[in-house]
Amino acid sequence: MSRLEPRLLGIPVPRIGPESVPYWEGTRLGELRFQRCDACGAANFGPGLVCRKCRSRDLTWTRSAGRGEVFSWTVIWRPQTPAFEVPYAPAIVRLDEGYDLLTALVGLDHAEISDGLRVCVEFHEISPEITLPFFAPDPEHR
Amino acid sequence: MGADRNRGPHPYHEVAIAGIYNTRQARRLPGETMHSLLVEAVFGACADAGVDVGSIDALVGQGPAELTYDLGLGPVTRAFSNLGIPAIRDAAHLITTGEATTVVVTAAGVGMLLDDGATAPWTRPTNELVVAYGLFTAAEFALMARRHMITHGTTPEQLATVAATIRNNGHVHPGAVYSGRGPFTASDILASPMIADPFHLLDCSTTSEGGCAMVLTRADRAADLAQRPVHILGSASDSFGAAYSQAPSWDLRGSGDDVPAGYVGRRAAQTVWRQSGLGPDDVDVCEFYDPFSFEIIRQLEAFGFCGEGEGGQLVMDGAIGPGGRWPITTDGGTMSFSHAGISTQQIQRVIRGVEQLRGACSTMQVAGAEVALCSNGGSGALFNDLMLLGVERP
Repeated sequence: MSRLEPRLLGIPVPRIGPESVPYWEGTRLGELRFQRCDACGAANFGPGLVCRKCRSRDLTWTRSAGRGEVFSWTVIWRPQTPAFEVPYAPAIVRLDEGYDLLTALVGLDHAEISDGLRVCVEFHEISPEITLPFFAPDPEHR
Repeated sequence: MGADRNRGPHPYHEVAIAGIYNTRQARRLPGETMHSLLVEAVFGACADAGVDVGSIDALVGQGPAELTYDLGLGPVTRAFSNLGIPAIRDAAHLITTGEATTVVVTAAGVGMLLDDGATAPWTRPTNELVVAYGLFTAAEFALMARRHMITHGTTPEQLATVAATIRNNGHVHPGAVYSGRGPFTASDILASPMIADPFHLLDCSTTSEGGCAMVLTRADRAADLAQRPVHILGSASDSFGAAYSQAPSWDLRGSGDDVPAGYVGRRAAQTVWRQSGLGPDDVDVCEFYDPFSFEIIRQLEAFGFCGEGEGGQLVMDGAIGPGGRWPITTDGGTMSFSHAGISTQQIQRVIRGVEQLRGACSTMQVAGAEVALCSNGGSGALFNDLMLLGVERP
């Protein structure tokens, strides 16, 4: 058994876009943020100008509790580039606030990943500007 | 036929595919350029159709501007640079609107794969929200496949059966890049190295180089040309937006329809069935896009060949193999025939459909095939294009 670790060195660094500045500000501060629609209440992610549910343009950045469950995952054994040491486990996590985030799972063996596994966010800095969210098993549900 | 456009004769029925051509396809084609492959493909498709290159009045696809100048064709109708089936549809639209009569669709890919230590550059997502997690196309499609396996119990053996079937079609095809590299059993697929779980190496498409072209013209004119015309009975495309920039979630839904991203292509298929007045039972051969083995199972469900969750059992029942009810991807597809860049291998699904309906396949010819459904794209890419071909002018 070997625990999956975040891959942080030599990986491509995100270039912050105009609509995602509050998101990356949040991760630097240890907060996971998403946009909540003022009109219909839907959670919206990724960052945008319009609610994807009701087309309202009144969205408010909100802090997520950073907890959710594994919706889907893959375990990679042939890396994208050599910077990504295998195995690593990209996943879609469904946050409790009702949106999906593409991330990677860490802090568990790849064989322990299962549908609906409760996970919580943990942050890892890869550059002065960019701190990435990863997800590990939620200690409250172990 | 009533006034309802959806049930009357569809404008696509005025269009026929008159010529097709594949250049040599290989893992590498040293000395070839994009332009050299496109030129060869244009001449080849025109010769196949029996039309003079000088009669081309529109070019669609990759490299149309360079070809227009270098072949001395101007003025031609200024056209588009779509990829795959949408490029073929652009050609059809130019014909149905009377803007052009002899339209050539072109595609080629060469010199794109230079680093064997990494995945192909165009498979790596660059969006800020996903770029740092080491994804590539196989990973994105795996996230879709995993969800189907969770929901319906679809198994690695079912995926492997798809891959073995398609790779064996390529194994016997003399023009396939991986000709003679089989035969494969499902066990062989499962024994190959894991790439992006649940996809083993042999569940995935290959990469190669090559080009192709296709000549479209008016159906009435096609009847007087060199080949038996193949008619477009219907065509449509579905998209859930930009691929590889968001979580490829099976459940992604817009408000316009209840179809989830996992069943992208379902709405397009329903459009094609309306345009043609046909359904899955009328289809003789399925030239489906095969980026990953699971996508065949998914498309069989999305397009209505079986119910949700029934695709895995359908492929185990022999339906997709030689002599089966719906033989799939009969030249070996992207897993074995060729996968040359971003458009060639998509056009080649329709080229193979034309070969089947001409009865001209040297291998895996489906006896008496009269209707072929061709597709491009897939769930991980958030799009699906369909084109239904027939031997009879509707």
